[in-house]
Amino acid sequence: MKLRKLSNFFLGLPSFVWLVVFYAIPIILVLIIAFKPVDSYGGLAEGWTLETIKNLKNPSYPDIIWRTFWQGVVATFVCIVIAVPVSYQLCRLTAKWKNLFLLLIIVPFWTNFLIRIFAWKIFLQSNGIFHRLLEWCGILEPTTNLLYNEWAVLTVMIYTYIPFAVLPIYAVAEKFDFSLLDAAKDLGASSFYAFRSVFLPGISKGIATAVMVVLIPAFGAYLIPSLVGGPTSELLGDKIAQSVFTNRNLPYASALSAMLMLAVFLPMVALYWIKKVQDSKAKHKNE
Amino acid sequence: MSMSCNRRSRFPMLVTLLTLIFLYAPLIVVGIASFNKSKYGGKWAGFSWIWYEKLFQSERVWEALANTLIIALFATVISTILGTLAALALYRMKSKFKGVYNALVYTPLVVPDILMGISLLLLFVMIIKTFGAWFTSLTGIPFELGMTTIIIAHVTFCMSYVAMVVLGRLQEFDKSLIEAAQDLGASGLYTFFHVTLPVIMPGVIAGALFAFTLSIDDFVITFFVKGAGDTTLPIFIQSSIKHGRDLPMLNALSVIFLILTFILVFITQILLTNKPKEKK
Repeated sequence: MKLRKLSNFFLGLPSFVWLVVFYAIPIILVLIIAFKPVDSYGGLAEGWTLETIKNLKNPSYPDIIWRTFWQGVVATFVCIVIAVPVSYQLCRLTAKWKNLFLLLIIVPFWTNFLIRIFAWKIFLQSNGIFHRLLEWCGILEPTTNLLYNEWAVLTVMIYTYIPFAVLPIYAVAEKFDFSLLDAAKDLGASSFYAFRSVFLPGISKGIATAVMVVLIPAFGAYLIPSLVGGPTSELLGDKIAQSVFTNRNLPYASALSAMLMLAVFLPMVALYWIKKVQDSKAKHKNE
Repeated sequence: MSMSCNRRSRFPMLVTLLTLIFLYAPLIVVGIASFNKSKYGGKWAGFSWIWYEKLFQSERVWEALANTLIIALFATVISTILGTLAALALYRMKSKFKGVYNALVYTPLVVPDILMGISLLLLFVMIIKTFGAWFTSLTGIPFELGMTTIIIAHVTFCMSYVAMVVLGRLQEFDKSLIEAAQDLGASGLYTFFHVTLPVIMPGVIAGALFAFTLSIDDFVITFFVKGAGDTTLPIFIQSSIKHGRDLPMLNALSVIFLILTFILVFITQILLTNKPKEKK
């Protein structure tokens, strides 16, 4: 048994060291460097300062933080609302159709991220097919631009994250016992009632995972707003990139990142605790 | 399709089909545009292979492709080895330390890439500031942001995906197989190479394919840790979009990417659905 422990130690050691050095320490560095003064080249000077944190009180920030928050929440909500019926439908299909549909949903997920954003730029551009179709229907004025606003950002976000939401919900739904739904209907429940009070609780774990894997990257979105957004639809991610590449102020970028990090890790810890409490409750029930 | 039960609502099917249209409409438009002779998109000016020809003649694209593949190759090999070892360790671990190790392996999966990018940039800046001059005076090699830092960053985010896929495979297979081999007197190494490794191999290959795709796909993290002159395909695409340059060529590139992705996903799916023997 001692040998087993020792071999485990050596199996885990390389990845452990790698992740500590290149993942954990850098994350902690972000918090530390927010308190370092900046030198004239945008690098780090000696000593410590609170200046950067004080400078965060920029008047445009409440707007940006609010936009980052609501866009993330709305994108997550829409993705889940779409992903639940899609996962349900996937489970109800015959094996052949199921595999085909699943493949069709996974392919965009693995297609280069930039190409997906680029496709939307082509799709929404002013002389493009979609724009002209809407003009022809009389919905759009020829001068209206579908790109470079918050709605374009939101649409592309939802587009990008739908597969993220479908996959975890489908993984749980696949194990769901669908005869329960039929039983509920036999007992007189309407389709919708059975769906809401039998199916939804049955896949709640998948939904929780989906919320996490959509909401967290959505908070950190940078490429989408920087390519299809405009100056009035900036998100926190844009500001971080700007302070690294345009304003060349690393401590400032760290302070902004530290804010984002709190927004990311707090829901993660909260979800972890909820799951833990639920699990221990379930255990008590079973005993 | 299974619509036999008349009480079953058609609503989920409708949502599914609309979702597929939503997912593919932009991609199809790009696909059509890639064969459009017109430079400015929009109106159809006739069928043409010209953008594909231009793409294959562009030196910048080939350079970016070479860099992308070199990075992906190194990142895949290193992250597959580290990720597989991590999965094996997690699978066998029972101590209290498992929670910490688990968090270390799994949280990188959900951390926004911009956070990973900036945190690695800060680390590299600190290391270069502290040891750069000393290293260069010792070896004569300049110590700066470049291909090495990109590869390190890619290994870091690919590793967790590999570990997740391999661990999934491990959890599906029967632990008693290993115990049986050991009861029959097989050594730890023998069991590993003749029992464990063959069983997890499809998971390892699928993990490596994931890692490869992720590495080729990455823009944000690469953008943060790259040196001034480095380009990869995503970097090339981003700068083309930003500057509105070579856009018709990007249509053609998108189509090629889509076809390659289809093939890769197809292979991965086959590997992952080919499950190990059911446990009883």
